[in-house]
Amino acid sequence: MSSPIELIEVSKRHPGIVEDVLRDINLQVKAGEIVSIVGPSGCGKSTLLRLLAGLDKNHQGILRVGGETIQGPSRSVGFMFQEPRPLPWLTVRGNVLFAIKDGSKEKKEAKVEELLKQVQLTGSEDRYPRQLSGGMLQRTAIARVLAAQPQVLLLDEPFSALDAFTRMHLQELILSIWEKTGLTMLLVTHEIDEALYLSDRVVVLTDKPATIGEILEVDLSRPRDRNDDALLKLRKHLLEKLKLAGRKPEAVKF
Amino acid sequence: MSYENFGLKTEIRAGEISPSSENSWPVTFRDIPLREGEKPNEKTIEIKNDSVKAEPQKYNWKPLTDRFFYWLSWFVLPGALLAFWYLSTNVLHWFNESQLPPPIQVYTAIKEMYLSGDLARHVSISSQRVFWGFLIGSTLAVVLGTVVGLWKAGERIFDPTLQGIRTVPSFAWVPFLLLWMGIDEPPKVTLIVIGTFFPVYLNLVSGIRNVDRKLVEVGQVFGLNHWQMVWRIFIPASLPSLVTGLRLGIGSSWLFLTAAELIASTRGLGYVLTDGQSTGRVDLMLVSILMLSFLGIISDFLMRLIELPVNKWNDSFKAG
Repeated sequence: MSSPIELIEVSKRHPGIVEDVLRDINLQVKAGEIVSIVGPSGCGKSTLLRLLAGLDKNHQGILRVGGETIQGPSRSVGFMFQEPRPLPWLTVRGNVLFAIKDGSKEKKEAKVEELLKQVQLTGSEDRYPRQLSGGMLQRTAIARVLAAQPQVLLLDEPFSALDAFTRMHLQELILSIWEKTGLTMLLVTHEIDEALYLSDRVVVLTDKPATIGEILEVDLSRPRDRNDDALLKLRKHLLEKLKLAGRKPEAVKF
Repeated sequence: MSYENFGLKTEIRAGEISPSSENSWPVTFRDIPLREGEKPNEKTIEIKNDSVKAEPQKYNWKPLTDRFFYWLSWFVLPGALLAFWYLSTNVLHWFNESQLPPPIQVYTAIKEMYLSGDLARHVSISSQRVFWGFLIGSTLAVVLGTVVGLWKAGERIFDPTLQGIRTVPSFAWVPFLLLWMGIDEPPKVTLIVIGTFFPVYLNLVSGIRNVDRKLVEVGQVFGLNHWQMVWRIFIPASLPSLVTGLRLGIGSSWLFLTAAELIASTRGLGYVLTDGQSTGRVDLMLVSILMLSFLGIISDFLMRLIELPVNKWNDSFKAG
C-alpha cells in the first residue's frame, strides 16, 4: 500500500530568525515513486522531511500524505533517520517488534522473522545494538520502519555515515524493498550518485531560502548501471546546477 | 603454537622430522578439537623452514599465576590495613588498648557476641530497619521521581518542597521523629526512608531529563501515545541512572541507620557503638564499625546484581 505525497506552497521559518528556511515549495510525489532531494549542506532538506514526518511544526502551506493533512507524527509515514537510532535496551528482534502494533504474538514474531530475513539479519536476532556494526544497525532500522507498514517512506540521508560498500549494499536493499512493496519514497541525500541511481526524479533545492531550483527526470529503467552514460551525463548536469545553487566561496587571502 | 584466523582456531604442531626431507618441518593445520577417529595428519602442509625447531613442551604456568594475582588484588589493601593495625598495636604500641585494641581482642569480642547470640540479634534488627527503610524510600523515590521527571507540573508541585527537605541535615529530624512517632521502630525506619529517598530521586529525575531526544523522536514516528512513551522509551532509557541511584541509596540508608540507632535504641549496630563508648569497650565499637562496613559491602554487592541486566545493553566503558 502506498500513497502520494503533496507539498503545496510550503514555507518554513525557524523561530527568531527573519529569513525563511523553505519558501514556496511545491512538489507532488506520485504513489510508488522514488524522489530524491539534493541541495547544498544546511539548505533545509532535512527540515522539509521533518515537516512531512510531523517532527517539526509551524509551517505555512499544505502537507499531505495519502490525501490527508499532516497533523503530527504518524505510523503511516515511515521515517529513516540519518543515524540508525536503535533502542539500546532492546535486541534486534525487540527493536523490530517495537514497531509492530497489532496481531497475536505468533503473528508478530513471524513478521519479525520475515523482515529480518529480508534485510539479511537472520542469526543476529538476539544481539544488542552495541554489538552491531553501523551497516547492521541501519538494516535493523530498515526492518523496524517497514514493520510499522507505512504508506510512504521518508529517508533522511540514511546511508551517509556508512562506507561506500555498505552504502551500495543498502541502496540495493532499498530498491529490492521498493520493488516488493511499491512504497512511495522521498529521499534526502547529499550524494548525487545515490540520488541518480535510486530515484525517478531528483529535486534540486537552492540555498537561503530553499526553493525548488530544478526537477530532473531520471528516465532510466531499473536495474541501472552506475556507470551508464546517460546517468553520467545527468550527473554532470546536476553538479553544475548545484555549483550554481550553492553559496559561492569567497576568496581567502593569506 | 596456535593462532586464530578467520574464526578458525588452528594449531600448528611441531611433529617428527619428515623422512622425505631434512630441512622441512611438518606442520598440521586443523580445527580444534579433533573429532573422534580423525587423524591429525590428514592435511599436512610442509613449510620449508629450518629456523624453527621443535621445543620440548613446558608446563604453562601463566593461567595459574594470573589467577593468583587476580585473587591477590582483592586482598592487598585489606591485608595491609590489618597488618598496619597489628603492627601499630601489638608490636609498636603506638596506641594503648583504650584507644585502639589489637585485632585479636576485637576478634575475641566478635566471637563472644556471636556465641551469645547478641551479634545475630543486632545485625538482624539493623538489617531489617535498612530493608524496610530502603524499600519504602526507594519506592517513593521511583514514583515521585517519575512524576517530577516527566511532567513540568509535577516538578512545580513537588520539587521545591523536596529540595527544601533535602537540605535539612538528617540529625535535625531526629527530635521531631521521636516526638511524633515515639521511640520504637517507626522513627528509625522513617529516617532511613528520608536518607534513601534523595539519591534515588535525584538520579532518576536527572536520568529522565537526559533521555536522548533522538530516541524520543523514534517513539514519536512510531506513533506512541503518552503512556506508551513513558513505558517504552523513558523508563527503559533512564534505568541506568535509576540503578546508580539505588546503589547510592542503599549506601545512604546504612548511614542514616547508624544516625537513628546512635540516638534512641536498645538494639542494633549503632546501639553497640554507643554502648561500647559509654562502657569504655573500644573493642565493641570496632565490632560495630566492622559489621556496618561488612553489611554495606554485602548490600552493595546485591545492588550490583540489579545492575547486571542493564549492563547487558548499556554501552558504556567497562574497565578491563
